[in-house]
Amino acid sequence: MAYDSVVCVKQVPDTANVTTEAMREDGTVNRGSLPTVFNPEDLHALESALAVRDEYGGTVTVISMGPPKAADVLRDSLFRGADRAILLTDRRAAASDTLATSYILSQAIKTIDRYDFIFCGRQAIDGDTAQVGPQCAEKLGIPQITYLHEMVSIQDHVARVRRSIGHGWEIVEAKLPVLITVIESANRSRPPSARRVMRMKRARVPAEVAMEVKAEMPEGADEQLAAETERRVQELREKGLLIEQWDLDHIQADLSRCGLAGSPTKVHRIQAIVLTKEGYTEVQPSETGIKELIHELIVDRTWG
Amino acid sequence: MLEPNRQGEVWVFAEQEDGVLHDVALELCGKARELADRLGVSAGAVLPGADVGEMAKKLFAHGIDNVYLVDHPRLSHYQTLPYARALETLIGKHRPQIVIVGATAIGRDLAPRVASTLRAGLTADCTALDISDVTDPKTSVEHKNLLLQIRPAFGGNIIATIVNFDQWPQMATVREGVMPLKPPTNNRTGKIVEEKVEIDDTAMVLKLIQRHVEKRKVNLKGARVIVAGGGGIGSRDNFKLIYDLAGAIGGAVGASRAAIDGGLIDKDHQVGQTGTTVRPALYIAVGISGAIQHRAGMEESAKIIAINTDRDAPIFSVAHYGIVGDYKQIIPMMIKAIKEKK
Repeated sequence: MAYDSVVCVKQVPDTANVTTEAMREDGTVNRGSLPTVFNPEDLHALESALAVRDEYGGTVTVISMGPPKAADVLRDSLFRGADRAILLTDRRAAASDTLATSYILSQAIKTIDRYDFIFCGRQAIDGDTAQVGPQCAEKLGIPQITYLHEMVSIQDHVARVRRSIGHGWEIVEAKLPVLITVIESANRSRPPSARRVMRMKRARVPAEVAMEVKAEMPEGADEQLAAETERRVQELREKGLLIEQWDLDHIQADLSRCGLAGSPTKVHRIQAIVLTKEGYTEVQPSETGIKELIHELIVDRTWG
Repeated sequence: MLEPNRQGEVWVFAEQEDGVLHDVALELCGKARELADRLGVSAGAVLPGADVGEMAKKLFAHGIDNVYLVDHPRLSHYQTLPYARALETLIGKHRPQIVIVGATAIGRDLAPRVASTLRAGLTADCTALDISDVTDPKTSVEHKNLLLQIRPAFGGNIIATIVNFDQWPQMATVREGVMPLKPPTNNRTGKIVEEKVEIDDTAMVLKLIQRHVEKRKVNLKGARVIVAGGGGIGSRDNFKLIYDLAGAIGGAVGASRAAIDGGLIDKDHQVGQTGTTVRPALYIAVGISGAIQHRAGMEESAKIIAINTDRDAPIFSVAHYGIVGDYKQIIPMMIKAIKEKK
């Protein structure tokens, strides 16, 4: 019996490696200067879906919501074995919080229509909220299983999985369809296949093609650019190298539930964390210095 | 979607497992009490479970006025849908203005599901909660007494303050150990409100086959002294020195993410935003550079000693005492000095 999976993936700034170069003078983060990466747990979500397909048959469709540049993670997913990739990109979706994001993703998943599993990384490293997965499940009206540690078995549209519960684990069974969020320990994600990279490195979404055409023909008139873009898009389509690009109209989204309008949480203030270089007593790394330190800890009753 | 109810209570989700209230629930009761007093309303706790009525006393002692008890055999073990149904039903009925949930494995599974059903805003992993008037810059309307939901974002490189103007309740999760556990007032009483919530078969879609709970091996939260090692320790063998110092001074062993990722020590020992948040009397950071995620989990410690070869390591920015040098020489000196004082 074959199973169809949808995987939600996100391109994120590499927050684990924010260097001083990425900080502006006023202490804010310059997102543009940060390298972007495939959200780590989403790679494990993708692997979970690929493993189901390899064992039982079926398809793996990857979707990502973001700017045209997010097509990077879709290409990467295709290199690793995904069958189909869809970029959801629309300026009206900008500034969506988790509630609006999950609404948009769930509309896209409804548009895909056929699915037994939805896999998401537990959380993205730029927000660490872990909210979008469960909220998507709610919007789709299906059960969720968070923190997948191991897919135990799938039989007759019933999945049995082991999930982590922080200080232990439990094994649960659910009838499909189900949404599963995946943690790092679930699997080792496979690398891109060289053969697939060769075949699909030129895959593009239409928005990327438009940007490339504009960069190559800076003097070109609008109609000229549009015609050239259309020609190249058509060429990619014929070669099977066009990555689908959807907007909010395509997924029949209610605009009042998208973007800033659809987001109940609003950012009121952002403060940069400024390191202060003051206030500590330097202790000499010598027997005398350390003896004095221990003595001080006893005197102020910190220790002893 | 619920409209703001400014007379609404401040609620806590009273997470319990196997008959024991989770510490974070009690920590949040103290915070809910404080917020409720600022707003001039009552503090409530939702307590779902099977045979859990006895726990109400503890919630009262930690500052709760009204315990909404949902006692149902189908709530004996946590499952998303039945618990979500209990919480959604009660929020719809009583319309609290604020709902705070512990950011545990359970809380992070439950809160987003409930917020999605209610179409309410939810802010994850708040490190501070406050009440303030806020003017919406778009409409210039001043909203009185909003919940300020303060959290690190962007990998901890910035601090964001989030508000929710009109799609209430205002919901937030808070990690264990972030709010201080206040001492209980044991003779304090409150009201138990017994609630009936229908939990039919449509909520019981998951079948629990097997469950395995491990005792926590490392008690970082309860430790008065923590000696923590980072990536600078270099190897599992060298970590023995950290254990030696912890043994001499009578403390627990902690670690930074770099040490965990490097395979120097088990994950149970991790201190920081994604590990345990601690506030011991003394925290000794050895070979820890002090990434913001780590500092967020320990900077509330009463005294911090940092040992590092790099004078510019960010850990020194939160330290009270700094020793620039090689820990392999410094730790034996410390152990010697401690033994002399004993």
